[in-house]
Amino acid sequence: MAPSIGAKVVLLREDLDRLIAELRERGYVVIGPTLGEGAILYEEVTSSGDLPAGWSDVAEAAAYRLQEGADRRLFGYSLAAQGWKRHLYPPRQRLFLAERAGRGFRLSSGEADGAPMALLGVRACELAAIQIQDRVFTKEGFTEPGYAGRRRAAFIVAVECGRAAATCFCASAGTGPAVGPGYDLLLNEMIDGDAHRFLATAGSDNGAAILGGLSCRPPTAAELSSAAAQPAAAAAQQQRRISADAAGVLTRAAESPHWEAVSKRCLTCGNCTMVCPTCFCTTVEDITDLSGDIAERWRQWDSCFTIDYSYIHGGSVRQSGAARYRQWITHKLASWHRQFGSSGCVGCGRCIAWCPVGIDITAELHALEQAEQVSKGGDNGAD
Amino acid sequence: MTVLPANPMSPRPFRILKVVRELSDTFTLLLQPETGGAFSFRPGQFNMLYVFGAGEVPISISGEPAEDRQLVHTIRSVGPVTQALGRLKAGDVVGVRGPFGTPWPVEDAFGDDLAIIAGGVGLAPLRPAIYQALANRPRFGKLIIMYGARTPQDILFRKELEKWRSRFDVNVHVTVDHATGQWAGRVGVVTKVVAKAGFDPLHTTALVCGPEVMMRYAVEALEERGVAASKVHVSMERNMKCGVGLCGHCQWGPHFVCRDGPVFRFSDVAALFPVREL
Ligand SMILES: Cc1cc2nc3c(=O)[nH]c(=O)nc-3n(C[C@H](O)[C@H](O)[C@H](O)COP(=O)(O)OP(=O)(O)OC[C@H]3O[C@@H](n4cnc5c(N)ncnc54)[C@H](O)[C@@H]3O)c2cc1C
Ligand code: SF4
Ligand code: SF4
Ligand code: FES
Repeated sequence: MAPSIGAKVVLLREDLDRLIAELRERGYVVIGPTLGEGAILYEEVTSSGDLPAGWSDVAEAAAYRLQEGADRRLFGYSLAAQGWKRHLYPPRQRLFLAERAGRGFRLSSGEADGAPMALLGVRACELAAIQIQDRVFTKEGFTEPGYAGRRRAAFIVAVECGRAAATCFCASAGTGPAVGPGYDLLLNEMIDGDAHRFLATAGSDNGAAILGGLSCRPPTAAELSSAAAQPAAAAAQQQRRISADAAGVLTRAAESPHWEAVSKRCLTCGNCTMVCPTCFCTTVEDITDLSGDIAERWRQWDSCFTIDYSYIHGGSVRQSGAARYRQWITHKLASWHRQFGSSGCVGCGRCIAWCPVGIDITAELHALEQAEQVSKGGDNGAD
Repeated sequence: MTVLPANPMSPRPFRILKVVRELSDTFTLLLQPETGGAFSFRPGQFNMLYVFGAGEVPISISGEPAEDRQLVHTIRSVGPVTQALGRLKAGDVVGVRGPFGTPWPVEDAFGDDLAIIAGGVGLAPLRPAIYQALANRPRFGKLIIMYGARTPQDILFRKELEKWRSRFDVNVHVTVDHATGQWAGRVGVVTKVVAKAGFDPLHTTALVCGPEVMMRYAVEALEERGVAASKVHVSMERNMKCGVGLCGHCQWGPHFVCRDGPVFRFSDVAALFPVREL
């Protein structure tokens, strides 16, 4: 009988190649973790040989490096340097090409959609981030057609975490480590002595159909319980946490003296926004060819940390680094709720690892919370 | 109802029917869709105007809302894109995306005195509201237009202001920061006019548009007169790259100015107004 949604089967290590081949057979470009530039990168993979077998990552404030793991796990690292955003919402996209025609111009549309993508190795926090961007880009009234098309076509293979990096705080952000709904397939990677296998769960009809094609055996009770224990183990390792009242703290902190303190450290480089899987800001660039008869309009990722970001005639609104850091963290943790119905932070910790000076979103929030307590205490004392 | 193009980032071509020079640095474009059809909008809404190769900027619609055959924009040249717009001539084509944003709630003010307070080119986004108010004149109490310009040479829509002033059912107060030449009118900031104008504060709706500092003082003057913050509406300006809540640039606190504004009820944003560099 063909598996249905929720069905669980066991894939052996070598079956992963059959899975990748099956996805490719169905027309997907498979994007998964690869080794490169001293980090894990999500790039096209054609077989399991492209995956970072035996590698793990160490992330700390201002630090990310690879190290050899304890076993030959394919998904033994926590996170790639950047999330899936690069693939679903590329850093540079042409919006249109305009050609002069008489005294006017003719527009041709942006870029044709590429082949559908299968995203292999999506973590719980990353699936949550994709779902947050879904709400950003596909809302009532205006939908971003490029994103919507790529997203609709994408096949998601989630892989649950069995360990956490020191920068992870998905448990307190409420996005992981257990993978929530929204995947097509969910994998739990298990190594027990020489036995290297995956528990695969179908999350959609499409996912079930693909599992059906692989004809695998059902899991044993031991395999089921071993997989189920993984997210709890990852949660137990998490050292950082984010306050449940983040939105409240930031809403009250607009005039906090703490912003000055952060701005003494922050370089306003924008790294945090580039690696964040939910940050969505873009700017546009207009270019013309030498003849001046062809113009293009490009959209590219932007960061609220640049001075131009808030430029209006007469000068930028957010001149100081303090105002720009306040904008970023307040948007992420507070305004986002009003705008899109959830926090904009999934707790992946990338902004902490990739900040050159190690500014830590959880620590800054904590400091703001403390400052608020102190000033409240002070007020009471003065009464 | 306007039908939006499938891609909210693709402009529609509009041909320039006429360019009207208003002031040394300000002009009005009358536009018509290349592909025919109508363009309807509500007072206070804006479009993103694209100049071939130069870029795209948010510009409010300044024309008559009841007239959907022509799109009208009044623009002050301040930088590359608005200067490129200023070099265009009748027959040239611009790209238009829109209309976007929230309108001036003119209908909500029925029964009230209507106070229109504008500074500089801020009169342009308010002109459609004035047209709408004039078309519904019996439904309002007093209609008072208070307008401040830098010098007499900077008074926008001068002929129209004079025409409105000559009506016995409209009060027009024009003031300049610096008198020059023959100016026999009022000198001083527009907020001084607000302090004395003959509206009934308890039954007044105010629409305010101008530089942010000017709006701040105008709102203070209205509050001092006793006009409720919920009846005061302001139009905000922020950097805009998309106009549809996708690029992030126009954020002001939790609001996207392009989508939740540009027109805000003051009582909804009173807490944001005093925060610097927001
Ligand atoms: C909702 C709204 C309505 C507007 N209505 C009008 C109008 O009716 N008439 C008019 O003359 N002007 C209006 N403006 C201001 C107008 O958009 C700016 O003057 C224009 O963007 C300046 O662009 P520039 O390239 O000529 O100059 P620069 O000052 O060199 O601007 C460079 C870039 O910065 C951004 N930018 C600069 N100033 C502003 C600004 N004030 N607001 C938003 N983005 C800015 C734009 O992306 C611009 O391309 C409006 C602005 C907003 C937000
Ligand atoms: S703010 Fe930092 S921790 Fe939160 S989702 Fe973005 S990169 Fe991850
Ligand atoms: S918080 Fe760190 S990563 Fe973000 S802009 Fe400041 S210095 Fe750069
Ligand atoms: S202008 Fe892009 S979000 Fe408002």
